[in-house]
Amino acid sequence: MKPAAFDYVRAQHLDEALDVLKQQGGEARVIAGGQSLLPMLNMRLAKPAVLVDVMGIPGFGEIRREGDAIVVPAGVRQAKLLARLGLATEQPLLAAALPWVGHYQTRARGTVCGSTAHADPSAEIPLCLVALDGEIRLRSRKKRRSLKASEFFTGMMVTDKAEDELIEAVAFPAAVKGAGYAFREVARRHGDFAIVACAAMATADAIHVAVGAVADRPERRSYPLLEGSALDDALNAFAWELDARDDIHATARLRRDLVRSLGREVIEEALRCRA
Amino acid sequence: MPRLTAGARHRVAFTLNGKPVSLDAEPRLLATDALRQQLGATGTHVGCEHGACGACTIQIDGEPARACLTLAVQLEGRDVRTVEGLAPAADRLSVLQATFRRHHALQCGFCTAGILISLDAFLRTSPNPDEQELREVVGGHLCRCTGYTAIVAAALDAAATLRGEPASSVNRDPVHV
Ligand SMILES: Cc1cc2nc3c(=O)[nH]c(=O)nc-3n(C[C@@H](O)[C@H](O)[C@H](O)COP(=O)(O)OP(=O)(O)OC[C@H]3O[C@@H](n4cnc5c(N)ncnc54)[C@H](O)[C@@H]3O)c2cc1C
Ligand code: FES
Ligand code: FES
Repeated sequence: MKPAAFDYVRAQHLDEALDVLKQQGGEARVIAGGQSLLPMLNMRLAKPAVLVDVMGIPGFGEIRREGDAIVVPAGVRQAKLLARLGLATEQPLLAAALPWVGHYQTRARGTVCGSTAHADPSAEIPLCLVALDGEIRLRSRKKRRSLKASEFFTGMMVTDKAEDELIEAVAFPAAVKGAGYAFREVARRHGDFAIVACAAMATADAIHVAVGAVADRPERRSYPLLEGSALDDALNAFAWELDARDDIHATARLRRDLVRSLGREVIEEALRCRA
Repeated sequence: MPRLTAGARHRVAFTLNGKPVSLDAEPRLLATDALRQQLGATGTHVGCEHGACGACTIQIDGEPARACLTLAVQLEGRDVRTVEGLAPAADRLSVLQATFRRHHALQCGFCTAGILISLDAFLRTSPNPDEQELREVVGGHLCRCTGYTAIVAAALDAAATLRGEPASSVNRDPVHV
């Protein structure tokens, strides 16, 4: 298993990367951590003519706060965000979900924006973006635009990103005062892709719950403070709406069961954790 | 801007286990093949070539990385460490290597280079790990021989030794010499 031939551009400025994407958009691929792209190149599932490495672009490696947003540029590896001082209070959902993104070894290379661009339906970072109503900041030679997570993810490994665009950064809303957050996942082994992953946010008067690995992209629902059988009914309806499919990892029925049970667990935990 | 063209070979220079090395690489050359075939550093093993097994794990600037998911050209200017760089001298094992030996943490040895490299990186930043944390680190590797228990025991023992504590009594004595 060896990749087909490609040119390799080590971009030293954002404009260099954007120029290559403008000239060769459909033929070019951004390479960030390489943890999803290299397997595809090795198996020749992807044969781009040119790779644009964005890891050396100045300013891309530093996480910053912009008001209530935690802004994570394209060069930030997953391990760096997980190791951010105070992350468990700044955004408890990220602190809970990031340890589930692959392994210690893949998090040391893989980036937050790369996972977002890859848009695997079972990936934890896209799920967090959808659960928190985060934002994806896109950039091309022509323009800048910003999309809500629910607009960005459009299908199974498909996004609204155009061929000449790259993700400059993603922005996660920091924890809201008085809100609680929780994350749960079921996988065959820790580090494997999720069979079902659930994230919840609870405030004084609302519950938001997002589910990954069932539909073709993470999906979110918002409810008033439901309890007891009303909550069960809401989660049951959500589980059916996700239109689960049988595959080699799990049956549709197991996935629906997990949405109902994990969904309840994350909601109860988020309600309990409200600070 | 440095654009490395597909068909041609390009000079790549980096540090391998403390020594400067260089080689000529097409952009598509994987770091595994660069190390093994061009530099003859065959301690890094190749299993799945898609990131799943961990046999090829190396350290790049002190952080663990799958060499099969790394291009040789991405090593330019980096500080690379492989299993060949772990022992302090040709006739001395590192603390971690010695506990692996003591605990029988390897059988065929195919997975061992990658696991040693991961644990070496992890113990440097987490000198006081618990068993659960070590299981998660080792969880990034496949070992078809040992069942992992001895690997985790060896890692706990190495961590204690590196902290300067008296080594654990568990499995301390060599079973055979
Ligand atoms: C063994 C193993 C287990 C894994 N387990 C999990 C898991 O449990 N959960 C999980 O979520 N992931 C998992 N992953 C994938 C994760 O590790 C990757 O890091 C992530 O999916 C992609 O991030 P990357 O930086 O490595 O991107 P790359 O592999 O470099 O790129 C991935 C894709 O995104 C595009 N891209 C990257 N950055 C940008 C950008 N800034 N703008 C536009 N496009 C961009 C690339 O062109 C490519 O199409 C696993 C990987 C491995 C090898
Ligand atoms: S050969 Fe690299 S992870 Fe298996
Ligand atoms: S010792 Fe044989 S695979 Fe681990």
